[in-house]
Amino acid sequence: MAQKVLMKGNEAIAEAAIRAGCRHYFGYPITPQTEIAAYMAKRMPKIGGTFLQAESEIAAINMVYGCASTGYRAMTSSSSPGISLKAEGISYLAGADLPALIVNIQRGGPGLGGIQPSQSDYFFMTRGPGHGDFHVIVLAPASVQEMADMTRLAFDLSEKYRMPAMLLADGTMGQMMEPVELPEEEISPEDARKNKPWATCGTEMKRPHNIVNSLYLKPDELEKTNIERFERYARLEAEECRWEEYMMDDAEFCVVSCGITARVSKNAILEARKRGVKVGMIRPITLYPFPAKAFAKAAEKVKAFLTVELNMGQMKEDVELAIRCSKPISTCNRVGGMIPSADQVTAAIMNLK
Amino acid sequence: MATVFEKPKSLTDAPLHYCPGCTHGIVHRLVAEAIDELGIEGKTIGIAPVGCSVMAYDYFACDMIEAAHGRAPAVATGVKRSLPNNVVFTYQGDGDLASIGLCETVSCACRGENITVIFINNAIYGMTGGQMAPTSLVGQVTQTSPYGRDAATQGLPIRISELLATLDAPAYIERVAVNNVANVRRAKKAVLKAFKTQVEGKGFSLVEVVSTCPTNWGLTPQKACQWVEEKMIPQYPLGCFRDKFAEAK
Amino acid sequence: MTYETIMAGFGGQGLLFSGKVLAHAALIEGKELSWLPSYGPEMRGGTCNCSVIVSDDPVGSPIIASPNVLMVMNEPSLDKFEPALASGGTVFIDSSLVPRKVTRSDVTAVYIPATKMAKEMNAPSLANMILLGAIVAKLGCVKFETVLEALKHTISARKADLLELNLKAVQAGKDFIASN
Repeated sequence: MAQKVLMKGNEAIAEAAIRAGCRHYFGYPITPQTEIAAYMAKRMPKIGGTFLQAESEIAAINMVYGCASTGYRAMTSSSSPGISLKAEGISYLAGADLPALIVNIQRGGPGLGGIQPSQSDYFFMTRGPGHGDFHVIVLAPASVQEMADMTRLAFDLSEKYRMPAMLLADGTMGQMMEPVELPEEEISPEDARKNKPWATCGTEMKRPHNIVNSLYLKPDELEKTNIERFERYARLEAEECRWEEYMMDDAEFCVVSCGITARVSKNAILEARKRGVKVGMIRPITLYPFPAKAFAKAAEKVKAFLTVELNMGQMKEDVELAIRCSKPISTCNRVGGMIPSADQVTAAIMNLK
Repeated sequence: MATVFEKPKSLTDAPLHYCPGCTHGIVHRLVAEAIDELGIEGKTIGIAPVGCSVMAYDYFACDMIEAAHGRAPAVATGVKRSLPNNVVFTYQGDGDLASIGLCETVSCACRGENITVIFINNAIYGMTGGQMAPTSLVGQVTQTSPYGRDAATQGLPIRISELLATLDAPAYIERVAVNNVANVRRAKKAVLKAFKTQVEGKGFSLVEVVSTCPTNWGLTPQKACQWVEEKMIPQYPLGCFRDKFAEAK
Repeated sequence: MTYETIMAGFGGQGLLFSGKVLAHAALIEGKELSWLPSYGPEMRGGTCNCSVIVSDDPVGSPIIASPNVLMVMNEPSLDKFEPALASGGTVFIDSSLVPRKVTRSDVTAVYIPATKMAKEMNAPSLANMILLGAIVAKLGCVKFETVLEALKHTISARKADLLELNLKAVQAGKDFIASN
């Protein structure tokens, strides 16, 4: 077993990406994710990798697009306002079926908003961040360990399904330190490049030219690519949903939360159970694909749901859809960078009765 | 029978979609000839823009990537940083390079990325049907300057080669035209030199090609070439604006 | 046992660092832990704090609503966090910088002239480590020896003289508790 080290969430993402064979990072400074760039700036030159501070978020995501086209594992990271700028490039990545990792350490919005933690990009990320009919894989870690583990998972899924993957966390997760065990086994960048016959890395006059492209001027062709892509999404939805069930065995009430608020909710659940309320939690780990089945199943036995979010109630709508509005759903939300205290969540749980 | 003329090998057999008399075909050929002459087709990756040459990815036989509008230099940067020993070029029009992608253009040149940019300046947006470009001439009538480009409200044309030549990093910048045989010959030399600059690892190279758009200019191909001579070249003087390598001699 | 510690004061006082050393010591001892800084527009002299949880059980939320250990290095921090301190909790106050006493009677207050002591040791920036030494000596949230080990991990070998001073500072904090 590898030794545990103490790392910030942002640093764990960066180190895990390197160990997953990523040698190309393109980014632009924005709080609260700048540690990722700083870590990469320090490490990449020493391991023959590329750290490039781009002129803008727009340029950074397009550099990722270029790098991903060659088959190498490429990544960028930003926070909410920066992700708005990257949306164009993310749409092109999706349209060209390119794998890549985008990290969004969310802060409060809209507009310039604030720099404190938020989950207000939930809709923006899970509905496909950009123009057109598409999705990106969205993973929501709730510990520094998961931030490291899911970085590698994001690259793997992204390549398996030929679509961009996003690690969606918030300022608290990025800034906090916890013990983390990093994978000892490192993937070499060249190994990560294998089995990508579509990559544009020079024909070497041995094959017809490859084209990385998202333009289809003939509507029937464009329709076909969209349908094919959604068949892949259907496979992803069938095979890759991930969630955690916490104290759900005997639960009469179900808290729904991800990331930092799931951590707060665990404290609240323990307290509510002390007060005699049988409450558990379903924590979606993949936000897209949303683990709808877990909720449909839970709806058969719990009396009510409570979503705890750092937004005005966005994931709530996914839960409503998942359970076909069959049970009441309450909310416990804080926004603008505020985080509900465990006491607040406990009170909201007690109110469910 | 002896072959006296043939298509460069690094162009595919796909028929070009460009309007009759458009000079894109000439420039495509010049790029392909340079690739052939340097024997680099197998290791070249081209980046197509958004604009008339959006489908350049079908015409060049090397690996090709289609970029978002204006982002080709950033995409090229991503490719070049991943494959530093390969040859990377972008092919961009004036709207793409000098308007929506100006930031990417300047920043890429400023970093001295070892890539080659082929810049088609025909003073108009062709693909979308003839709107004003950042390089449109004062008084030029387009769909979005129906009374002629008004300097007071629509500004003055941008000279990209001169602008980029103020930067320290670029290795080679030259403006050429393809409106007559002599100019095409000079353009061929410039394109070849730009690719050579990259192959030799010398840094950022850009060739601005003053081109035509007979369709949207509302001129015959012949008149369009004349218009280049009479109107465009006085605004966009031909010549070399940066040759770091020559300066070092 | 769970120690929920908030260290608060001005930016530049080394609060995040002393928190990190405590967290690192907990890591060495195989305890569960979390470390969470306040973050904001970067400014030296602005308010700053970090939350460190050290526990035998897995840490739920890293956000501390009601700390049972408080370390304060300026008066605004005492004003802000004194009301939040859990009943029965302990507050460690740099009495060279905080002119007032605590007003609550259900908490233990330890007053240490840490900044004055640090200056006398010719290490004016190490008041934070004196306070950390005092916390560990008084509460035993981690072993004192582990803090020394954590310091060796946290301060790079290039700065050997700095390590020496840090070790001295935590020792001074421990000695202060022993003799008061």
